[in-house]
Amino acid sequence: MTFKRVAAASVAALMVASPVMADLVFPSLSYRTGPFAAGGIPYADGFADYMTLLNERDGGVGGVAIQVPECETAYNTEKGVECYESTKGMGALAYNPLSTGITYQLIPKATADDIPLYTPGYGRTSAANGNVFSHVFNFPANYWNGASAAINHVLDLNGGDLKGKKIVLLHFNGAYGKEPIPTLTKLGEKHGYDLTTIPIDYPGQEQKAQWLQIRREKPDYVLFWGWGVMNQVAIQEAANIRYPMDQFIGVWWSGAEHDVKPAGEKATGYKAMTFHGVGSDYPVFDDLQKYVVDAGKAAGDGSNVGTVIYNRGVYAAMMLAEAAKNAQEIHGVKDITSAQMRDGLEQLEITNARMAELGMEGFGPEFKVSCANHGGPGSIAIQQWDAAAGKWSLISDFGASDMEVIQPLIDADSAAYAAENKIEPQCN
Amino acid sequence: MPEQLLFAMEVTLNGLMAGVLYALVALGFVLIFKASGIFNFAQGMLVVFAAMTLVGVQTGQIPFAHLINTIFGTKIHHFGWTVPTILAIIVAGAAMVFVAWVIEKYILQHLIGQPDIILFMATIGMWYFMHGFAPLMWGSEVMKLDVGLAQGINETIDTTTYGWFGYGFFIDNLDIVAAIVAALLVTALVLFSQYTKQGRALRAVADDHSAALSVGISLRFIWVLVWSIAGFVALVAGIMWGSKSGVQISLAEVALKALPVLMLGGFTSIPGAIIGGLIIGVGEQLFEFAIGPLVGGATQAWFAYVLALVFLIFRPQGLFGEKIIERV
Repeated sequence: MTFKRVAAASVAALMVASPVMADLVFPSLSYRTGPFAAGGIPYADGFADYMTLLNERDGGVGGVAIQVPECETAYNTEKGVECYESTKGMGALAYNPLSTGITYQLIPKATADDIPLYTPGYGRTSAANGNVFSHVFNFPANYWNGASAAINHVLDLNGGDLKGKKIVLLHFNGAYGKEPIPTLTKLGEKHGYDLTTIPIDYPGQEQKAQWLQIRREKPDYVLFWGWGVMNQVAIQEAANIRYPMDQFIGVWWSGAEHDVKPAGEKATGYKAMTFHGVGSDYPVFDDLQKYVVDAGKAAGDGSNVGTVIYNRGVYAAMMLAEAAKNAQEIHGVKDITSAQMRDGLEQLEITNARMAELGMEGFGPEFKVSCANHGGPGSIAIQQWDAAAGKWSLISDFGASDMEVIQPLIDADSAAYAAENKIEPQCN
Repeated sequence: MPEQLLFAMEVTLNGLMAGVLYALVALGFVLIFKASGIFNFAQGMLVVFAAMTLVGVQTGQIPFAHLINTIFGTKIHHFGWTVPTILAIIVAGAAMVFVAWVIEKYILQHLIGQPDIILFMATIGMWYFMHGFAPLMWGSEVMKLDVGLAQGINETIDTTTYGWFGYGFFIDNLDIVAAIVAALLVTALVLFSQYTKQGRALRAVADDHSAALSVGISLRFIWVLVWSIAGFVALVAGIMWGSKSGVQISLAEVALKALPVLMLGGFTSIPGAIIGGLIIGVGEQLFEFAIGPLVGGATQAWFAYVLALVFLIFRPQGLFGEKIIERV
């Protein structure tokens, strides 16, 4: 075969394999294998299914079809970076890497490539400062909002007074698990509670020492930052030592159905934070069922629809689709670039009226992104598990977090990053 | 009695219990290493596969349902029945015998006479194969395992120790069950290897493959037998660990806990696996209790390896391992 034939065949193969460049391309860096697959699968399904819904029901966004090429990361940072490199040439408009480790690696790369990163509820918390992190968006909430929301909930339960109370932070012994420590420490100084941090090393299959310490110290509340098997073991161990479940509050990555079900009835009362609605009692899920699941176009088998992590994938996809629509309107073009997508994200406004139009009224708070604020409102609700009913229920509204404490922490951390990387402020 | 001493006693008891669970995983490694000289890297995946099969059978899940649905466009997931626990354990045990037969027929048989490193590499390959195969067969969800084992604080111990010391000790009922099961398992294995024809054959193969072959012992049968027993031990370990966390692919990582146990107890000793497990269990819990708070906590992940390293320096064959004598 001559070189020309090989080249022609290669070009033809690429044309077949790659999405049409005019499509809106949102690569999904998913993990359907490995130790965290139980969380990765429903998220990837929710993300893909919402985009499929837009394609099937609305013909895409602004009449332009959406493509969601998937790349398996197995929650491995190196593989995640490989996925980014191998998919960005497809005309990727934005990345939602679903891993704090991958996010940290991609921040400088994506910024240099002029491709925005969308990291809702994970990643680098101080990326909420758009003045420094021009290409990273982590609205509507981050880990520091989560820490504050947990304390606000505890304050509500104690008539606004936490003086002398003991609070334990049980956390994954890594960057993600350590994220809330500065916020909880500052909030402890403000509200007068004693904070004890107890780390758990990966994978967290054995937590006897940690729970014996909790049993000895008898804290009033345990806050929990875990992921993977660590979650199921922690909830089981809490039940074993008969720790009151309604005083055990996990971050949103420790509050899915698969986290509580292995502990059975004893998990009833366990609480978790959330930045989006629970269940499938929203009109958008009727459409997902009709246009995607029943039509045989779902990414999974449809059994995850309405579960916590699936809903989070749907919510993330909705945000990106809305930002793409916004970018089309701002720039007056249908086929947007990643730079235009960044503008769409930075000028995104989510109103209650728009949420209602999308069939997601009350699913999340309304907010407006700006050049300086890429973190959104930081509004978080509390959900509680009922094992008998087999479902989570929201037990609070989406409440604001303590920005008086959080904003200086965001400013300090992002300023250190800016100094280290010689970044000039982007907002005037 | 000083409060700290009471806490230390409670931690020690819980360490012993945790050690039993480590020993259960280590046992599987020892059995295979004794009989074939293979360090079975895939033992952790045998634990996962055994536990997944047990839950899958028990709950009436259709194997490869996702694959079948994808290929044929069907929507089948369950047979619509559940299987009694005992029967499900028997079926899962039979599945592990089948796995042992497949491993012997399609992998080990072709590698007879190859250097140990080749056999070790083959088990790494098995680990990766099963890492994909097990979720393909049973799905990637966290599976709830319920075989009727009691979990939670043992009230009798709590009340009794409270009466003695004014502080009730926490011991998990599941850990007590695990300790009893491990004791029965070790007794059965020792009796089997000492007093049965197959057990003596197994020991002969462990001593010298060629000599065993020359007196008419079937190496193939012994390998299937020992991998089957290791598979059954994996099933027991999977039940104990899976009851704590649900059955999921990350159960394979419990094998990491077995490595320092093996270094300590020796790769060829069944009692060594138990004693090694207990030392590691107690050591890491006491270290975390006494030193953990001073160094930021979460010391369990590395303490066991450091302890094993110290033992390796002074006694490379482990506490109960056979000393390797190379004759020139």
